Amino acid sequence: MSAAAERISLAPAAVKRRRTGGFWHRAARHVMRDKVALVCAIVLLAIALSAIFAPWIAPADPYKTSMLRCLLPPLSPKYLLGTDELGRDMLTRLLYGGRVSLSMGIAPVILATIVGGALGVTAGYFGRHINMAIMRVVNVFYAFPSVLLAVAMAGVLGSGIVNSLISLTLVFIPPIARVAESVTTQVRNQDYVEAARATGASAGRIIVQHVLANVMGPIVTYASSLVSIAIIISSGLSFLGLGAAPPLADWGLMLNTLRQAIYVAPVNAVLPGVMIFAASVSFNLLSDSLRSAMDVRA
Amino acid sequence: MSADRGGPAQPILIVNGLRKYFPLRGPLGTIDAHVQAVDGIGFDVRKGETLGVVGESGCGKSTTARLLMRLIEPDAGEVIFDGDPIGHRGISIRELRRNMQMVFQDSYASLNPRHTATEEIVFGLRVHGMGSKQAREQAHASLRLVGLEPGQFGDRYPHEMSGGQRQRVNIARGIALNPRVLILDESVSALDKSVQAQVLNLLADLKDRLNLTYVFISHDLNVVHHVSDRVLVMYLGKVVEIGPVERIYGDAAHPYTRALFASRLSMDPALRVGAAPLSGDPPNPVRPPSGCRFRTRCSLATQACAASEPLLREIAPGHQAACHALTGEMADAA
Repeated sequence: MSAAAERISLAPAAVKRRRTGGFWHRAARHVMRDKVALVCAIVLLAIALSAIFAPWIAPADPYKTSMLRCLLPPLSPKYLLGTDELGRDMLTRLLYGGRVSLSMGIAPVILATIVGGALGVTAGYFGRHINMAIMRVVNVFYAFPSVLLAVAMAGVLGSGIVNSLISLTLVFIPPIARVAESVTTQVRNQDYVEAARATGASAGRIIVQHVLANVMGPIVTYASSLVSIAIIISSGLSFLGLGAAPPLADWGLMLNTLRQAIYVAPVNAVLPGVMIFAASVSFNLLSDSLRSAMDVRA
Repeated sequence: MSADRGGPAQPILIVNGLRKYFPLRGPLGTIDAHVQAVDGIGFDVRKGETLGVVGESGCGKSTTARLLMRLIEPDAGEVIFDGDPIGHRGISIRELRRNMQMVFQDSYASLNPRHTATEEIVFGLRVHGMGSKQAREQAHASLRLVGLEPGQFGDRYPHEMSGGQRQRVNIARGIALNPRVLILDESVSALDKSVQAQVLNLLADLKDRLNLTYVFISHDLNVVHHVSDRVLVMYLGKVVEIGPVERIYGDAAHPYTRALFASRLSMDPALRVGAAPLSGDPPNPVRPPSGCRFRTRCSLATQACAASEPLLREIAPGHQAACHALTGEMADAA
């Protein structure tokens, strides 16, 4: 081999550089390596997809009642998971129920992340009086147990899906705001924020370009752990008659109506509970994995 | 680069009576006491010079730097930039920050972990209204000035660079806006000796090429000796001595400065002193001693030192010190 060829083969390879990727890349890689989290992600994906495509894949009409074939046990002909107390197909209703329960788990958390995140970042970045004004109010709400607060809010606002969405959002704003505030307080004291201020940049610009990117990770990770709680509380509200109204298919509501049949058809009565359990545990374990992915600083 | 308005004789910075007390809050949020971090200091910085600032930890060096940049609001005093006071009557803080930039000590903490080197520099340029394409070009030009090839380092994140490279990025960010003054707050203190020498050479080179003025804050007396034209010595929030580097290093007047320089290790082990030239820690800046703040650790202290505070007095051309013993001696001789 000539000397020239040797030189060519050495130079570009040395310059080429591996991109180590950002925060979300690393988090995703960690979750992929975590077997439990992977299973949870697959379960959630299955529930989500079946809920989204329920109208196309469901074997029956979720609202079609029949007194002749109520409370059929699972594995009955034509009714894979049996029927409920009004003779509606359980499988169909469970698929449809995922639409309400998953949205009620995710939507309030997203809304609360936006509102609570904004409040917390504002309080943390500006500090002093602004911090005190915001965090005092937040802490008053934080002092109530979340279930009690949700029930009280839903009770005041009245029943219905929108109202339970609002009350759940209000329940989750305080904890998210508190996390956002403490992370932002740490970040705003970093030298790079000081350096950004030294360039003469406005507070808004510094928050958007320097603070948000560095606080979103912890906030989103924390918020993801609230989804499972949101699913349970929203099911609880429906169970109490403060959330979804019949005949809408919702896991919490189904649990309530089938409760009376628990001695007649125990398996049917338990099925919605199994769905609530599976969804919330999956969310919980997945967010745990996300959290441990965060701690690993590569 | 903005115009040299005041002419070469006008100091680029004049600091008068600058003061910053940090409140200490009690459990009920009431202000119980103040840390007297910087207490009525005054000095000037001449165009094109390097002013070294030395002193023990906690003497107010970094607070002074942050006051100059207006990262914190002074309680009293004024800073005049090239003849223009900062504030309502003179130039805006934004304008000041375009003309004066700062490089911090911790090269890692002072770079956003989610920004590449180029993004970090572009941010400041965009703040001052530069278009995105132009800002990128300017950022690359700055990186080249500090000896980092933009093609190789421009897209790197802070954790993908060495300490020396990161500090170069910090310097590039500092000079990208074409400032006239660069405040270097312990900027080379955290670097290895070999890297430190490279960065110091780079700073000397940039100073000539870009016509910069440096305020060089460091606790490293050897480095300050090497880079400075004049040296300012601080003790517990006060200026105790200021003068040309060869006077301060060769013929220091203030007892504190002498003690400070006696603490330097000699290159010859046989000449090293066994005992510490100064004992104890500096007094608590919440309750500093009356009169001269150094009197509790000073071998020359007398009654007069407790009674009144010594003011900075000219003891030789361009050389000032604040000590009763010095003015007393002069009075006796007269």
